[in-house]
Amino acid sequence: MKKLWLFSLLFLMAVGGLIGCSSDEESGGSDGDGGEGKTEITYYSFSAAPDYEGVLEEIVTAFEEENPNITVNTELAAYDDYFTKLQTQLAGGNAPDVFELNYENFVQYASKGTLADLSSFIEEDEDFDPSQLNQEAFEAYQYDGKQYGMVESFSNVLTFYNKDLFDEAGVEYPSADWTWEDELAAAEKITDEENNVWGTYAPVTMNEYFKIAQQNGGQLFNEDGEPTVDTEENLEAMNYMVDKVTESGVSPSPGEMSGQAPADLFMNGQLGIVHTGIWMFEAFKDASFEWDVALEAGNTQKAHHFFANGLAVSAETDKKEAAYKFARFMSASEQVAKLRVENSWELPAVTNEEVLQPYLEQTPPENREAVFNALDTLVLPPVVENWSQISDTTNQEFEKALNGSKSTEDVIKTLQSEYENILN
Amino acid sequence: MVGMTRKKTLFWLCVFLLPNLLGFLTFIGAPIVSSLVISFTDWDLLGEIEFIGFDNYIRLAQDPEFWVSFRNTIFFILGYIPLVLIFGLSCALLLNKQMKFRAFFRATFFLPVITSWVAVSLVWKWLYNPEYGLINYALSTIGIAGPEWLNDPNTAMIGVILASAWKDIGFVMVLFLGGLQNISPSFYEAASIDGAGKARQLWNITIPLLAPTTFFVTIISLINSFQVFDQVMIMTGGGPGGSTEVMVQNIYNHAFRYFDMGYASAMSWILFLVIFLFTWIQMKFQDKGAH
Repeated sequence: MKKLWLFSLLFLMAVGGLIGCSSDEESGGSDGDGGEGKTEITYYSFSAAPDYEGVLEEIVTAFEEENPNITVNTELAAYDDYFTKLQTQLAGGNAPDVFELNYENFVQYASKGTLADLSSFIEEDEDFDPSQLNQEAFEAYQYDGKQYGMVESFSNVLTFYNKDLFDEAGVEYPSADWTWEDELAAAEKITDEENNVWGTYAPVTMNEYFKIAQQNGGQLFNEDGEPTVDTEENLEAMNYMVDKVTESGVSPSPGEMSGQAPADLFMNGQLGIVHTGIWMFEAFKDASFEWDVALEAGNTQKAHHFFANGLAVSAETDKKEAAYKFARFMSASEQVAKLRVENSWELPAVTNEEVLQPYLEQTPPENREAVFNALDTLVLPPVVENWSQISDTTNQEFEKALNGSKSTEDVIKTLQSEYENILN
Repeated sequence: MVGMTRKKTLFWLCVFLLPNLLGFLTFIGAPIVSSLVISFTDWDLLGEIEFIGFDNYIRLAQDPEFWVSFRNTIFFILGYIPLVLIFGLSCALLLNKQMKFRAFFRATFFLPVITSWVAVSLVWKWLYNPEYGLINYALSTIGIAGPEWLNDPNTAMIGVILASAWKDIGFVMVLFLGGLQNISPSFYEAASIDGAGKARQLWNITIPLLAPTTFFVTIISLINSFQVFDQVMIMTGGGPGGSTEVMVQNIYNHAFRYFDMGYASAMSWILFLVIFLFTWIQMKFQDKGAH
C-alpha cells in the first residue's frame, strides 16, 4: 500500500511538473514588461508569407530601432490556413497581440468583440493623423463608429489585356469608357476556339458577382444587410457572367480550363483579357508578349473591386499600447510604405504622393494610374455575417448555371431564399 | 498472499494503462464529451456560449444541404463498398495461389494503401482531366468522347468512387488473404473428391467460410466511407454544384469556416449515430447468419 502512495505521488509530481513547465513558459512570454522594461508582442501575418518574409523582417528591425523597449515576434501562415489558426487561438484565449485581417473578415471579428478599440490611442497619438492614409481604406476598418483596425495596404482588380492578341485580331485596346458590349465585341473577335484562345476571362464566383451587379446598378444586399438579389439588374449581371461561357463561348468553361489557373492561361497567350488583381504585376512581368491594364468595363456605371489588409489588436491582450504602435507603424510609416513600394508588396494605403511616385514609374504596365483611377468607383464587399457560407452557396449555384443544369432565373431565386435562410 | 498478488497485478495493470488512458481521455474522450455539450449550444468559436436545447438538431432535419450531403455520402458508399469487396476478394483469390512474383504483386496492389491521399487525389485529378487526362485520351483512341469527369455533376462522384476504390482495394485484399489462409485445405480436398468444380467450391466453401472476414471488411469500409473527406476535398472540393459534397465536408465547413461549431457538433453526433446504427444492424444480421 505504501508503494501505491509513493507511485501516485510520483505520478502527481510528474504531471504537476509538466503543468508547471507550461505555465512557466507562458508567464515567460507575457511578463515581458518586467525585467528591463521591455514589452514583447507577437504579430501574426498572412500577407508576408511566403514571398515577403524578408521585407517584414526589415520592417520589424526598423520598428524596434524606433521603439527600443518593444520586441516584435512574427508568426506567419499562408492565407488558406491563417484564419483556422487565428480562430483557434482566439477561442483558446491564446491570441497574438496584433494580427492581420483583410476587410472581408474584419467585420466578423469586430462584431464578435475580439478586437480592441483603437480610437483612444489614435486620438492621443501625436505622430499620427488619419489624413496620412487613404480615407476610404482607413474608414473601412471602422465598426459601429469605432476604429478597430489600421489599414496597411490595398489592392484592386483591373482589366489586364494581351496587346499582341488585340493587334492580331485588329481590335482597339480597352479604353477607360469601355462598356460590357465593347468588351464582348472585342472578346468575340479574339476568341479562336481551334487554338484554345479565348477573348476574356473573369471568375464566375460571388467575389466577382457583387461587383458585376454594381456595374449594372444592382445591389445584392441593401444597407441593412438584407438580401436583395432577386432583381432585374442582378439577373442581367448574372446572365452577363454566365453567357460568356455558355452562350457566346468567349470565356473558357471549367472543363476547358481543366484545372489551369486563369493567370497561367493569360501567360500562355490564351486569353485576350483577364480580370485579376494588381498583385499579378510581378508575375506577369516576364510575359512573352506586350500587355497593359485598363479600367474595367461597366454597363450602366463603373465599379471596381477594392481589397484591403489591415492590422487589428486583440481585445484580450494587456499590451495594447505596444500592439497599437506596431499596427500604426505598419499602416502609416513612410519607411514601411517605401519598402512596400520597392518590393511590390501590395500598395501602401498612404496618401503621400512622393512615396507612391516610384510605384507609378515602374513598367509594365504602362497605365499604372489605372490602379488609382479605379479607386474613384470602388465597391466594398458586402458586409454581412456568414460571408463565407454565402459565397460558398453562391459559387455552388453558379456552377450549376455554368453546366446548364439550372437556369439563371432559378439560380437567382434559390440565392434569394438561401441568403435569407443563412442570415436568419 | 494470493490476494496481495492479485492486488499487485491490478496495480501494475493500472500503471501500464495510465499513459495510454491519459492520452485517450485528453485527446479523444474529453473532445467527444465536449462536442456533445457544444452540440446543444450556439457556440461560434469566438463569442459567448448559450444553450439552445435541441435547436441545432431541429435545424439539421430541415436543412436541405445536410440532406444533400447525406445522400451524396450514401451514393458514395453504394458505389464504393461493392467495388472494394468484389475487387479486393478477386485480387485475394488470385494472389492466394502459388505463382511467380506473388510477393511482388501483393506489394504492388498494397502500394496505393500506404500512399497519401493528397498524392493519390492529385494524380487521379490529372488522369480525369477532360482535356489532357490519360483516361479521356485512352477513350478517344477507341472513338469514345469521354465525359468531363470531375467537372460534370453527373460523373464527379463516380470519379471519386473509382479513385477511392483503387486506393483501398489493396487493404481489403490483405484482409481477405488473411481470411483465406485460415480456411483449411481439407475442405477443398473433400469437395473435389465429391466432384465439386472450382466455381462450386468458391460459392459453397470459400465465401461462407470467409463470412467473418467479409463482415469485418464491410464494417470497416462502411465506417471509413461514412467519413470520406480527404479525396473529395482535394479532387472536387464538393463541386461541381455541390454534387460531391459529403457529410464530413459539411461538418468541416460549418465548424471551421462558418463559425458554427454548435451546429457542426450536432452534425457530427448525427453522423456518429448513423454509423452506429448501420454497424449495429450488421452485427444483428451477422449473428443470425452465423447460426
